[in-house]
Amino acid sequence: MTIRHHLDDSTLLAYAAGSLPQGMALLVACHLHNCPHCRQTLLQAEAVGGALLQALEPAPLDPQALQAVMARLDQPDTKRSEAGSVAAAARNSDLPVPLQQHLSGDLASLPWRRMGYGMQHIDLKLAGPGTTRLLKIAPGISVPHHTHGGNELTLILRGSYADEIGRFCAGDVADLDDTVQHQPIVDTDQDCICLIATDAPLRFSGLMGRLAQPFIGM
Amino acid sequence: MQEDEPLGGDVKAASTPIINSISSDQLEPWSALLVRLGGERDKAVFAQLFQHFAPRLQAYIMRLGMPRASAEELSQEAMLLVWRKAEMYKPAKARASSWIFTLARNLCIDRMRREKAVECELFEEYMEHDQAEAPEQLLLEDRMQQAIALLPENQAQVLQLCFYEGKSHAEIAQQLAIPLGSVKSRMRLAFDKLKAHWGEAQ
Ligand SMILES: [Zn+2]
Repeated sequence: MTIRHHLDDSTLLAYAAGSLPQGMALLVACHLHNCPHCRQTLLQAEAVGGALLQALEPAPLDPQALQAVMARLDQPDTKRSEAGSVAAAARNSDLPVPLQQHLSGDLASLPWRRMGYGMQHIDLKLAGPGTTRLLKIAPGISVPHHTHGGNELTLILRGSYADEIGRFCAGDVADLDDTVQHQPIVDTDQDCICLIATDAPLRFSGLMGRLAQPFIGM
Repeated sequence: MQEDEPLGGDVKAASTPIINSISSDQLEPWSALLVRLGGERDKAVFAQLFQHFAPRLQAYIMRLGMPRASAEELSQEAMLLVWRKAEMYKPAKARASSWIFTLARNLCIDRMRREKAVECELFEEYMEHDQAEAPEQLLLEDRMQQAIALLPENQAQVLQLCFYEGKSHAEIAQQLAIPLGSVKSRMRLAFDKLKAHWGEAQ
């Protein structure tokens, strides 16, 4: 997988700070899974967090705190085994590993729902602002021209699309905000499957957009 | 330097002199101490790390908006994780403060969403295969803290709202009454300056 389009630094900083909405954090985790370049930047963003932690005025602790924790050091760690089972399940699916926390099965067998215009979707129904969904777009189909009321992250899982910015293939991420208007079109004979996470509703432009809003929209 | 260096401080005598080709006497003292904890499982070493980091973790968690009782509980949980995971700490990847910050952040996300923050932890194993930082880059990271203090007020402000208060881009934009794009560009500008101090300038 050759990744050409990466996450914006401001997105990785927010991820490092833990301040991204859940769906966007999930998408970022999926991209990081395959991208050493962004993992390297994430380490730097976490170093900012570490430096800010060091700079904080220490809060007064309960005088018993150290003793309380010391008393627990020899207790067995009960949570440890769970992570292993997640990693094991990961090998039997073509879904990105972090996404397997929310969906099971393969991309092909997921419960896709038709939404018209050659598109199918699955809403992950995560908490918080914005929406997180998988979108499957048929070849030759173009998503209505739209801008964003906030941030919109798109991670390509399969196939490709092209828009005003460039060509996006599996592993690439489009990290857009409200300054960008674009109209992606699926540019091969294969369905394009992507994960899209927003922190605010999309704003469609044009007649087609206004018609599509009730289907795609929130 | 820090006002409270580790005590009893012959950290150079740590049992593992070479870790990923960085000798422990090149390490910043808290990182060296964390390496020593992973190697020796010494409770006295843990107590030193606790005295330094637990009050800062509690301050951090309270600023995220947690009530005091939860912040106390979570900072203790975080320190317990430090004890349990110390062997996995890679000094070539991150300073102790960054590593401990990340553990605490995951715990807080976990608590706030009442779900597992697995997505943040899963690629720990991948991280191991990534190329290690050169030692001199790690040393340059020491300067990051000073660099943060030198940021223009409006850039430092967005970083603090993001890291200390856990505010999203959109929430920061709303609070400061500026466009979303300005929030992001201020964050990028700040990060570029800090990365330059980390030896990453292009
Ligand atoms: Zn990337």
